[in-house]
Amino acid sequence: MRARAGEAVVFGMIVAGLLGILGGLVLSVGALGTPERVTLEVLAQLATVLIVLFTLLAIVVLTLVWLERKQLARMQSRVGPTRVGPFGLLQPVADALKLIMKEDVAPGTSSKLLFFVAPLLVFVPGFVVWLTIPFARDVVVRSLDMGLFFFIAISVLSIVGLVLAGWSSGSKYAVLGGIRAAAQLISYEIPIIMTVLTVAMLADSMSFVVVVEAQRTVPYIVLQPLGFVVFFLAGLAEVGRTPFDVYSAESEIVGGPFVEYSGAHWAIFFLAEYVNTFVIGAVAALLFLGGWSWPFGDLPAAAGVALFLGKTYLVVMAIFWVRATYPRLRIDQLMSLGWKVLIPLSFAVVVATAVQLFYDWPRWTLPAMSLAVLAVPVVMQLRGGRRRALAEARRYAERAVVVEAKPRPQRPQEPLEPQEAGA
Amino acid sequence: MTTEAQHDTVDMMLNMGPQHPATHGVFRMVLTIDGERVIDVTPHIGYLHRGSEKLCEHESYGQVVTLFDRLDYVANLNNELAFCRAAERLMDIEVPERAQYIRVALCELNRLASHLLFLGTYAIDLGAMTPIMYGFRERERIQNLFESVTGARMMHNYIRIGGVKEDVPPDFVPRARAVLKDVRKGVDEIDRLLTFNEVFLARTKGVGVIDAATAVSCGLTGPSLRASGVAYDVRKDDPYEIYPYLGFEVPVGHDGDCWDRYYVRLLECHQSIHMVTQCLDQMEPGPTMTQRRRIARPPKGEVYVHCENPRGDIGVFVVSDGTDKPYRVKVRPPSFCNLVALRPMMRGAYIADAVAILGSIDIVLGEVDR
Repeated sequence: MRARAGEAVVFGMIVAGLLGILGGLVLSVGALGTPERVTLEVLAQLATVLIVLFTLLAIVVLTLVWLERKQLARMQSRVGPTRVGPFGLLQPVADALKLIMKEDVAPGTSSKLLFFVAPLLVFVPGFVVWLTIPFARDVVVRSLDMGLFFFIAISVLSIVGLVLAGWSSGSKYAVLGGIRAAAQLISYEIPIIMTVLTVAMLADSMSFVVVVEAQRTVPYIVLQPLGFVVFFLAGLAEVGRTPFDVYSAESEIVGGPFVEYSGAHWAIFFLAEYVNTFVIGAVAALLFLGGWSWPFGDLPAAAGVALFLGKTYLVVMAIFWVRATYPRLRIDQLMSLGWKVLIPLSFAVVVATAVQLFYDWPRWTLPAMSLAVLAVPVVMQLRGGRRRALAEARRYAERAVVVEAKPRPQRPQEPLEPQEAGA
Repeated sequence: MTTEAQHDTVDMMLNMGPQHPATHGVFRMVLTIDGERVIDVTPHIGYLHRGSEKLCEHESYGQVVTLFDRLDYVANLNNELAFCRAAERLMDIEVPERAQYIRVALCELNRLASHLLFLGTYAIDLGAMTPIMYGFRERERIQNLFESVTGARMMHNYIRIGGVKEDVPPDFVPRARAVLKDVRKGVDEIDRLLTFNEVFLARTKGVGVIDAATAVSCGLTGPSLRASGVAYDVRKDDPYEIYPYLGFEVPVGHDGDCWDRYYVRLLECHQSIHMVTQCLDQMEPGPTMTQRRRIARPPKGEVYVHCENPRGDIGVFVVSDGTDKPYRVKVRPPSFCNLVALRPMMRGAYIADAVAILGSIDIVLGEVDR
């Protein structure tokens, strides 16, 4: 009974904290203007914002972990975590506590300083990106005119941390993972940049706020579906999730760059992975799903934040859904998909958008072009897949060796006595 | 080799196992890799060696069955059957028909359970995490059925020399039918999710190809051999127990790649369901143990018996010196013999393929190391 009450109190505190932080964020960050000079007050304000943001992200990560485990469980006919807290909501908290309390081990062959710095290098970019991501029109730490550029410039930095982690671990699996990470992330950065560029062209701005406001009536997923698909796939690869989890492949290189990490440092990697997943979800929601706006007039800030978070979680849940469905690609297939499919497609998206804008064609031509390109692989896949399955089934049916049942010899008329049965 | 010398690269040794999630136990392979390519592979076995064959020499014939349970620990009943058939042939014992039906029905169910485990773990090897949940869910139903029949989930010791331990419970047939119905659905579910998944095809088609001639010369048996296009199945070519009275198909692949090895096993699941159904239909009441009283001491002699296990052709060679304990027991474990094909399959593959190839042979280390 006491345990129950304790759980309820902790859970209540988390919910209250979440609400308080949201409110605090709304109130405080709007007031943070450009300071004339750096005073203690400004520094304190900055620290407050950072702490608030960090706590908020930590809570987002905890919810994401819970959401992923529950969603995967439901898709795999399981129930997922149920023990800690109501509906297992506190399971991620318990996991985090366990990780923090674990011993932090570094292999003897590792370069200690780089080994312990690497997790931070992966985590900090994912964290810093949030400084410029708006939750609603005025709910943003710093609304930059170059927000999209800032996002790309910062998020690409996490590659350094992964390579460093792989290299400094002094483990062959980690080295392989680090090299894979470098190849994969650099390749998939290009389609992301190109699709973000498309959005910037459509909105005629690189500010997140302007981009979202421009989608008030028609979100860009309708205008540029191909761009969204490319962004989503490249985003999956950027955060290393199935089917592109090649650099951390659990069953091949046993976690890649993370293989030697334990305890709190592993927890930072874990945190970074989910923060980055959430970044991709949030940016997809802002650039293609219309962020906090909807077609029926203005929303109050709180409702806008809720709408934005809803869209973000929708994208993130799609990412989890993919994870429950697909196997992992091989590294060469991953690279050829990136260079031979996604990069050309992303260039096609840019060119099509540019042509439409330059010649001032009607707006519907853009989704028409986009869908036409998108239809080719989809139709090929559907038809080819079915044909392949049928052909395969036919080949197997032709080759299968049929063994006919022989007639059974007649049994003796009188069955044996039952007491002999157990002898 | 010249280009490699120009670029001044060195090959790297990558030690995979014995603690590695994809080696299915304590198997160790030392890969020589050039970047992501596997140049050579050296398998190392013996981490699970328990001296089972030697232990057999110190147990009476009836007790040896328990040791056979522990060889291929995901297909226990099939192993029990292999040894019991050897001992029965040595002692010249006729097994009652009902006992044979029970044996075959349970062995086919065990094959089903084993293949379900394969389908799941193979998906895990390739990075798909859902099929194993489906596989385990269905396998659990079969395990529950086993528990109701034998009292154990793994180490059954149920098939005895001369028959089976006792008759199946009265509700066995309806329960088994219900289980089969569910399992068929579960197998179809895995089939729909995985078999023609584009990524799965990309990862398995044309990977780890082994042609029929090489497969035969390597001593490959079971589904791995049939995937290469050789229609060899002990149940068909050297039928035992009541297999002649069952109609079934032997699925045969053509390319001998990982996908074929996977698909042959998937089709075999359906065939096993079909066979168990026939067994349940044909089963008639009767005794389940031979009436011979003296079954402890076989005459002097030796015997070799082979059966179709889920992983291939298991052979049991027993030498009797006329005492109540076998003089020598030698097992030809299919997993061990199938490992011979590892090297020809793996050369030139990617590291990720190495995992896919090893998974597709479906080894069980309890049997490899004995």
